[in-house]
Amino acid sequence: MAKSHKPVVWFPFAAGGTVIAFFIPVIVLLTLMAALGHVPAGLGYDKLHAFAANGLGKLIIFGVVALSLWSSAHRLRCTFYDFGARADTLVATVLYVGAIVGSLFSAVYLLRI
Amino acid sequence: MSNSLPRSQPPLAAPNGGAVASLGRPGGNNERLVQLEVLRYNPDTDTEAHFQHYEVMCQEEWVVLDALNKIKADIDPTLNYRWSCHMAVCGSCGMMINGEPKLSCHAFLRSYEGVIRVEPLTHFPVERDLVTAPDDFMEKLKRVKPYLIPKETKAVSEGEYKQTPAQLMKFRQYSMCINCMLCYAACPEYGLTPSFIGPAALTLAHRYNIDSRDGGRKERQEVVATHEGVWECTFVGACSEVCPAHVDPASALQQMKITSSIDWIVEHLIPGGKS
Repeated sequence: MAKSHKPVVWFPFAAGGTVIAFFIPVIVLLTLMAALGHVPAGLGYDKLHAFAANGLGKLIIFGVVALSLWSSAHRLRCTFYDFGARADTLVATVLYVGAIVGSLFSAVYLLRI
Repeated sequence: MSNSLPRSQPPLAAPNGGAVASLGRPGGNNERLVQLEVLRYNPDTDTEAHFQHYEVMCQEEWVVLDALNKIKADIDPTLNYRWSCHMAVCGSCGMMINGEPKLSCHAFLRSYEGVIRVEPLTHFPVERDLVTAPDDFMEKLKRVKPYLIPKETKAVSEGEYKQTPAQLMKFRQYSMCINCMLCYAACPEYGLTPSFIGPAALTLAHRYNIDSRDGGRKERQEVVATHEGVWECTFVGACSEVCPAHVDPASALQQMKITSSIDWIVEHLIPGGKS
Protein backbone atom coordinates (compact mmCIF):
# COMPACT_ATOMS: atom_id res chain seq x y z
CA MET A 1 0.00 0.00 0.00
CA ALA A 2 1.41 3.37 -1.04
CA LYS A 3 1.97 6.11 1.49
CA SER A 4 -0.57 8.93 1.33
CA HIS A 5 0.11 12.46 0.02
CA LYS A 6 -2.45 13.88 2.45
CA PRO A 7 0.24 15.87 4.34
CA VAL A 8 0.16 18.41 1.47
CA VAL A 9 -3.32 19.51 2.53
CA TRP A 10 -3.11 18.48 6.17
CA PHE A 11 -0.08 20.54 7.22
CA PRO A 12 -1.63 23.92 6.24
CA PHE A 13 -4.89 22.69 7.83
CA ALA A 14 -3.09 21.98 11.11
CA ALA A 15 -1.27 25.32 10.95
CA GLY A 16 -4.57 27.06 10.19
CA GLY A 17 -6.25 25.31 13.12
CA THR A 18 -3.59 26.68 15.45
CA VAL A 19 -3.93 30.17 13.95
CA ILE A 20 -7.73 30.05 14.29
CA ALA A 21 -7.47 28.92 17.91
CA PHE A 22 -5.20 31.83 18.80
CA PHE A 23 -6.38 34.69 16.57
CA ILE A 24 -10.04 34.28 15.63
CA PRO A 25 -11.52 34.62 19.16
CA VAL A 26 -9.45 37.81 19.63
CA ILE A 27 -10.56 39.17 16.24
CA VAL A 28 -14.21 38.41 17.01
CA LEU A 29 -13.87 40.11 20.42
CA LEU A 30 -12.18 43.18 18.93
CA THR A 31 -14.83 43.42 16.20
CA LEU A 32 -17.60 43.33 18.80
CA MET A 33 -15.80 45.92 20.93
CA ALA A 34 -15.36 48.17 17.88
CA ALA A 35 -19.06 47.79 17.05
CA LEU A 36 -19.90 48.93 20.58
CA GLY A 37 -17.48 51.83 20.34
CA HIS A 38 -14.91 50.51 22.81
CA VAL A 39 -11.73 50.23 20.76
CA PRO A 40 -8.55 49.94 22.84
CA ALA A 41 -6.23 52.88 22.20
CA GLY A 42 -3.47 50.74 20.69
CA LEU A 43 -5.84 49.07 18.21
CA GLY A 44 -7.51 52.11 16.65
CA TYR A 45 -8.13 52.39 12.89
CA ASP A 46 -5.00 54.49 12.23
CA LYS A 47 -2.71 52.04 14.07
CA LEU A 48 -4.16 48.98 12.33
CA HIS A 49 -4.08 50.71 8.93
CA ALA A 50 -0.41 51.50 9.48
CA PHE A 51 0.18 47.84 10.46
CA ALA A 52 -1.51 46.66 7.22
CA ALA A 53 0.53 49.14 5.19
CA ASN A 54 3.79 47.67 6.49
CA GLY A 55 5.28 44.75 4.51
CA LEU A 56 5.64 42.46 7.52
CA GLY A 57 2.12 43.41 8.65
CA LYS A 58 0.73 42.45 5.21
CA LEU A 59 2.50 39.09 5.43
CA ILE A 60 1.11 38.37 8.91
CA ILE A 61 -2.46 39.34 7.96
CA PHE A 62 -2.21 37.28 4.76
CA GLY A 63 -0.90 34.30 6.76
CA VAL A 64 -3.79 34.50 9.24
CA VAL A 65 -6.43 34.86 6.50
CA ALA A 66 -5.04 32.24 4.10
CA LEU A 67 -4.33 29.58 6.74
CA SER A 68 -7.71 30.13 8.42
CA LEU A 69 -9.52 29.80 5.07
CA TRP A 70 -7.59 26.65 4.18
CA SER A 71 -8.20 25.12 7.60
CA SER A 72 -11.92 25.89 7.41
CA ALA A 73 -12.12 24.42 3.90
CA HIS A 74 -10.40 21.22 4.99
CA ARG A 75 -12.55 20.95 8.13
CA LEU A 76 -15.69 21.35 6.00
CA ARG A 77 -14.38 18.67 3.62
CA CYS A 78 -13.91 16.31 6.58
CA THR A 79 -17.40 17.17 7.87
CA PHE A 80 -18.95 16.28 4.51
CA TYR A 81 -16.99 13.03 4.60
CA ASP A 82 -18.11 12.28 8.18
CA PHE A 83 -21.72 12.70 7.12
CA GLY A 84 -21.20 10.09 4.44
CA ALA A 85 -20.79 12.26 1.32
CA ARG A 86 -18.46 10.16 -0.82
CA ALA A 87 -17.94 12.71 -3.63
CA ASP A 88 -14.73 13.70 -1.86
CA THR A 89 -12.81 14.91 -4.92
CA LEU A 90 -15.61 17.28 -5.95
CA VAL A 91 -16.14 18.56 -2.39
CA ALA A 92 -12.38 19.01 -1.86
CA THR A 93 -11.93 20.83 -5.19
CA VAL A 94 -14.80 23.29 -4.59
CA LEU A 95 -13.72 24.06 -1.00
CA TYR A 96 -9.98 24.35 -1.65
CA VAL A 97 -10.57 26.54 -4.73
CA GLY A 98 -12.81 28.72 -2.55
CA ALA A 99 -10.04 29.03 0.05
CA ILE A 100 -7.43 29.85 -2.62
CA VAL A 101 -9.66 32.48 -4.28
CA GLY A 102 -10.37 34.04 -0.85
CA SER A 103 -6.64 34.12 -0.10
CA LEU A 104 -5.91 35.75 -3.48
CA PHE A 105 -8.54 38.42 -2.80
CA SER A 106 -6.97 39.15 0.59
CA ALA A 107 -3.55 39.43 -1.10
CA VAL A 108 -4.91 41.89 -3.68
CA TYR A 109 -6.64 44.04 -1.05
CA LEU A 110 -3.56 44.01 1.18
CA LEU A 111 -1.33 45.08 -1.69
CA ARG A 112 -3.65 48.00 -2.43
CA ILE A 113 -3.21 49.44 1.09
CA MET B 1 -9.88 0.65 52.91
CA SER B 2 -13.08 -0.67 54.39
CA ASN B 3 -16.48 0.05 52.89
CA SER B 4 -19.37 0.46 55.31
CA LEU B 5 -21.97 -0.49 52.68
CA PRO B 6 -22.44 -4.17 51.89
CA ARG B 7 -21.33 -4.97 48.37
CA SER B 8 -23.84 -6.36 45.93
CA GLN B 9 -22.84 -9.49 44.10
CA PRO B 10 -23.27 -10.32 40.45
CA PRO B 11 -26.33 -12.58 40.14
CA LEU B 12 -24.45 -15.64 38.91
CA ALA B 13 -22.42 -15.66 42.11
CA ALA B 14 -25.50 -15.37 44.31
CA PRO B 15 -27.28 -18.44 45.64
CA ASN B 16 -30.40 -19.17 43.53
CA GLY B 17 -29.70 -16.06 41.48
CA GLY B 18 -32.63 -14.27 43.09
CA ALA B 19 -31.51 -14.42 46.72
CA VAL B 20 -29.56 -11.22 46.43
CA ALA B 21 -32.37 -9.02 47.80
CA SER B 22 -30.98 -9.52 51.28
CA LEU B 23 -27.76 -7.80 50.20
CA GLY B 24 -29.47 -4.40 50.05
CA ARG B 25 -28.61 -1.35 52.10
CA PRO B 26 -29.62 -1.68 55.74
CA GLY B 27 -33.02 -0.19 56.31
CA GLY B 28 -33.93 0.33 52.67
CA ASN B 29 -35.09 -1.62 49.66
CA ASN B 30 -32.72 -0.83 46.84
CA GLU B 31 -34.12 -3.27 44.31
CA ARG B 32 -35.90 -2.07 41.25
CA LEU B 33 -37.58 -3.58 38.22
CA VAL B 34 -35.37 -2.98 35.20
CA GLN B 35 -36.67 -3.27 31.65
CA LEU B 36 -34.27 -4.25 28.90
CA GLU B 37 -34.75 -4.51 25.18
CA VAL B 38 -32.09 -6.87 23.90
CA LEU B 39 -31.30 -7.48 20.25
CA ARG B 40 -31.54 -11.19 19.52
CA TYR B 41 -30.22 -13.03 16.50
CA ASN B 42 -29.78 -16.75 16.03
CA PRO B 43 -28.09 -17.50 12.69
CA ASP B 44 -29.61 -21.04 12.66
CA THR B 45 -33.23 -19.94 12.89
CA ASP B 46 -33.53 -16.16 12.29
CA THR B 47 -33.44 -14.36 8.97
CA GLU B 48 -33.06 -11.02 10.73
CA ALA B 49 -32.41 -9.69 14.22
CA HIS B 50 -35.29 -8.68 16.51
CA PHE B 51 -35.63 -7.07 19.94
CA GLN B 52 -36.73 -9.11 22.93
CA HIS B 53 -38.18 -7.43 26.01
CA TYR B 54 -37.11 -8.52 29.50
CA GLU B 55 -38.15 -7.34 32.94
CA VAL B 56 -35.84 -8.27 35.77
CA MET B 57 -35.47 -7.30 39.43
CA CYS B 58 -32.04 -5.76 39.96
CA GLN B 59 -30.06 -4.21 42.76
CA GLU B 60 -29.61 -0.45 42.46
CA GLU B 61 -25.82 -0.88 42.42
CA TRP B 62 -25.78 -3.34 39.57
CA VAL B 63 -24.46 -2.80 36.09
CA VAL B 64 -26.07 -3.85 32.80
CA LEU B 65 -23.93 -7.01 32.75
CA ASP B 66 -25.42 -8.06 36.09
CA ALA B 67 -28.91 -7.63 34.66
CA LEU B 68 -27.97 -9.76 31.62
CA ASN B 69 -26.47 -12.41 33.91
CA LYS B 70 -29.67 -12.52 35.93
CA ILE B 71 -31.76 -12.83 32.76
CA LYS B 72 -29.55 -15.70 31.60
CA ALA B 73 -29.67 -17.42 35.01
CA ASP B 74 -33.39 -17.00 35.78
CA ILE B 75 -35.36 -16.09 32.66
CA ASP B 76 -33.71 -17.02 29.37
CA PRO B 77 -30.62 -19.29 29.26
CA THR B 78 -30.43 -18.93 25.45
CA LEU B 79 -29.21 -15.32 25.64
CA ASN B 80 -25.63 -15.01 24.30
CA TYR B 81 -23.04 -12.38 25.16
CA ARG B 82 -19.35 -12.24 26.05
CA TRP B 83 -17.96 -11.31 29.42
CA SER B 84 -15.16 -12.36 31.72
CA CYS B 85 -13.67 -10.11 34.39
CA HIS B 86 -16.62 -7.89 35.43
CA MET B 87 -14.14 -5.12 36.28
CA ALA B 88 -13.41 -3.23 33.03
CA VAL B 89 -10.09 -4.99 32.48
CA CYS B 90 -10.69 -7.81 30.01
CA GLY B 91 -12.54 -5.74 27.38
CA SER B 92 -14.86 -8.55 26.31
CA CYS B 93 -18.31 -7.24 27.34
CA GLY B 94 -18.51 -4.25 24.97
CA MET B 95 -22.00 -3.61 23.57
CA MET B 96 -24.24 -0.74 22.51
CA ILE B 97 -26.27 0.47 25.49
CA ASN B 98 -28.93 3.00 24.53
CA GLY B 99 -26.98 3.53 21.32
CA GLU B 100 -23.61 4.20 22.95
CA PRO B 101 -20.65 1.80 22.93
CA LYS B 102 -20.03 0.80 26.55
CA LEU B 103 -18.53 -1.98 28.60
CA SER B 104 -21.65 -3.56 30.09
CA CYS B 105 -19.72 -4.17 33.32
CA HIS B 106 -19.10 -0.44 33.53
CA ALA B 107 -22.62 0.77 32.67
CA PHE B 108 -24.50 1.30 35.95
CA LEU B 109 -28.25 0.68 35.85
CA ARG B 110 -28.83 3.78 37.98
CA SER B 111 -27.53 5.90 35.07
CA TYR B 112 -30.48 4.88 32.89
CA GLU B 113 -34.19 5.57 32.99
CA GLY B 114 -36.97 3.64 31.28
CA VAL B 115 -36.25 0.76 28.93
CA ILE B 116 -32.54 0.10 28.41
CA ARG B 117 -31.79 -0.89 24.84
CA VAL B 118 -28.90 -3.37 24.51
CA GLU B 119 -27.43 -4.20 21.09
CA PRO B 120 -24.24 -5.79 19.82
CA LEU B 121 -21.28 -3.48 19.07
CA THR B 122 -22.02 -1.65 15.86
CA HIS B 123 -19.69 -1.85 12.81
CA PHE B 124 -18.93 -5.53 13.54
CA PRO B 125 -20.67 -8.59 12.09
CA VAL B 126 -23.04 -10.22 14.59
CA GLU B 127 -22.40 -13.90 15.30
CA ARG B 128 -25.28 -14.46 17.70
CA ASP B 129 -27.31 -12.12 19.95
CA LEU B 130 -24.78 -9.70 21.49
CA VAL B 131 -21.70 -11.60 20.30
CA THR B 132 -19.79 -9.94 17.44
CA ALA B 133 -16.90 -11.21 15.30
CA PRO B 134 -13.69 -9.29 16.07
CA ASP B 135 -11.70 -10.80 13.16
CA ASP B 136 -11.27 -7.55 11.22
CA PHE B 137 -9.80 -5.76 14.26
CA MET B 138 -7.49 -8.68 15.06
CA GLU B 139 -6.16 -8.73 11.49
CA LYS B 140 -5.52 -4.96 11.56
CA LEU B 141 -3.84 -5.22 14.94
CA LYS B 142 -1.33 -7.69 13.49
CA ARG B 143 -0.60 -5.42 10.52
CA VAL B 144 0.67 -2.52 12.68
CA LYS B 145 3.18 -4.76 14.49
CA PRO B 146 2.12 -3.83 18.04
CA TYR B 147 5.14 -5.25 19.75
CA LEU B 148 8.65 -4.09 20.61
CA ILE B 149 11.04 -4.14 17.65
CA PRO B 150 14.31 -3.39 19.49
CA LYS B 151 16.63 -0.69 18.13
CA GLU B 152 19.53 -3.02 18.80
CA THR B 153 19.33 -6.66 19.73
CA LYS B 154 21.13 -7.52 22.93
CA ALA B 155 22.21 -10.85 24.26
CA VAL B 156 20.49 -11.88 27.49
CA SER B 157 23.86 -11.64 29.26
CA GLU B 158 24.00 -7.91 28.43
CA GLY B 159 21.04 -7.28 30.70
CA GLU B 160 17.69 -5.57 30.30
CA TYR B 161 16.67 -2.67 28.05
CA LYS B 162 16.63 0.16 30.56
CA GLN B 163 14.17 3.01 30.54
CA THR B 164 13.74 6.11 32.70
CA PRO B 165 10.38 6.93 34.33
CA ALA B 166 10.07 9.94 31.97
CA GLN B 167 10.55 7.69 28.93
CA LEU B 168 7.90 5.33 30.31
CA MET B 169 5.41 8.15 30.90
CA LYS B 170 5.62 9.18 27.22
CA PHE B 171 3.79 6.05 26.09
CA ARG B 172 2.21 4.64 29.25
CA GLN B 173 -1.25 6.07 28.57
CA TYR B 174 -1.32 4.45 25.12
CA SER B 175 -0.38 1.06 26.57
CA MET B 176 -3.57 0.91 28.66
CA CYS B 177 -5.74 -0.28 25.74
CA ILE B 178 -7.80 -3.37 26.62
CA ASN B 179 -8.79 -4.15 22.99
CA CYS B 180 -12.48 -3.76 23.80
CA MET B 181 -13.21 -2.25 20.35
CA LEU B 182 -15.57 0.40 21.72
CA CYS B 183 -13.55 2.97 19.76
CA TYR B 184 -14.26 1.10 16.51
CA ALA B 185 -17.97 1.08 17.28
CA ALA B 186 -17.84 4.83 18.04
CA CYS B 187 -15.77 5.83 14.99
CA PRO B 188 -17.97 7.04 12.09
CA GLU B 189 -15.03 6.71 9.69
CA TYR B 190 -14.63 3.00 10.45
CA GLY B 191 -18.35 2.59 9.81
CA LEU B 192 -18.10 4.37 6.47
CA THR B 193 -14.74 2.96 5.38
CA PRO B 194 -14.21 -0.53 6.81
CA SER B 195 -10.65 -0.69 5.44
CA PHE B 196 -9.61 2.07 7.92
CA ILE B 197 -7.00 0.59 10.28
CA GLY B 198 -8.88 2.31 13.10
CA PRO B 199 -8.23 3.94 16.50
CA ALA B 200 -7.03 1.13 18.78
CA ALA B 201 -4.62 -0.53 16.33
CA LEU B 202 -3.07 2.80 15.29
CA THR B 203 -2.79 3.90 18.92
CA LEU B 204 -0.92 0.71 19.77
CA ALA B 205 1.42 1.37 16.82
CA HIS B 206 2.02 4.83 18.33
CA ARG B 207 2.61 3.30 21.76
CA TYR B 208 5.57 1.33 20.35
CA ASN B 209 6.76 4.10 18.01
CA ILE B 210 7.38 6.43 20.96
CA ASP B 211 8.92 3.76 23.20
CA SER B 212 12.58 4.66 23.75
CA ARG B 213 13.60 1.00 23.29
CA ASP B 214 11.81 0.60 19.95
CA GLY B 215 13.23 1.00 16.46
CA GLY B 216 10.28 -0.24 14.40
CA ARG B 217 8.59 3.02 13.39
CA LYS B 218 9.79 2.83 9.78
CA GLU B 219 8.25 -0.63 9.39
CA ARG B 220 4.96 0.47 10.94
CA GLN B 221 4.84 3.59 8.73
CA GLU B 222 4.18 1.31 5.74
CA VAL B 223 0.69 0.83 7.21
CA VAL B 224 0.31 3.94 9.41
CA ALA B 225 1.14 6.55 6.74
CA THR B 226 -1.17 5.15 4.06
CA HIS B 227 -4.58 6.57 3.26
CA GLU B 228 -6.21 3.74 5.22
CA GLY B 229 -3.91 4.46 8.16
CA VAL B 230 -3.98 7.76 10.04
CA TRP B 231 -5.16 9.74 7.01
CA GLU B 232 -8.62 8.20 7.03
CA CYS B 233 -9.14 9.77 10.48
CA THR B 234 -10.98 13.11 10.43
CA PHE B 235 -10.50 13.78 14.16
CA VAL B 236 -14.11 13.28 15.21
CA GLY B 237 -12.77 12.32 18.65
CA ALA B 238 -15.56 9.86 19.53
CA CYS B 239 -12.91 7.15 20.12
CA SER B 240 -11.46 9.10 23.04
CA GLU B 241 -14.89 9.86 24.49
CA VAL B 242 -15.94 6.21 24.71
CA CYS B 243 -12.57 4.70 25.74
CA PRO B 244 -13.09 3.05 29.16
CA ALA B 245 -9.32 2.99 29.78
CA HIS B 246 -8.79 6.74 29.08
CA VAL B 247 -6.27 5.96 26.35
CA ASP B 248 -7.22 8.97 24.15
CA PRO B 249 -6.68 7.38 20.72
CA ALA B 250 -7.56 10.68 19.00
CA SER B 251 -4.45 12.34 20.44
CA ALA B 252 -2.27 9.41 19.35
CA LEU B 253 -3.56 9.65 15.79
CA GLN B 254 -3.02 13.42 15.59
CA GLN B 255 0.56 12.98 16.84
CA MET B 256 1.09 10.33 14.18
CA LYS B 257 -0.25 12.71 11.52
CA ILE B 258 2.40 15.25 12.54
CA THR B 259 5.26 12.72 12.38
CA SER B 260 3.92 11.27 9.10
CA SER B 261 3.75 14.81 7.64
CA ILE B 262 7.32 15.51 8.69
CA ASP B 263 8.34 12.20 7.06
CA TRP B 264 6.55 13.27 3.87
CA ILE B 265 8.40 16.61 3.80
CA VAL B 266 11.75 14.88 4.34
CA GLU B 267 10.99 12.32 1.63
CA HIS B 268 9.60 14.70 -1.02
CA LEU B 269 10.91 18.21 -0.41
CA ILE B 270 14.38 17.83 1.07
CA PRO B 271 17.02 16.89 -1.53
CA GLY B 272 18.69 13.67 -0.45
CA GLY B 273 15.89 12.91 2.03
CA LYS B 274 15.31 9.22 2.65
CA SER B 275 12.73 7.65 0.36
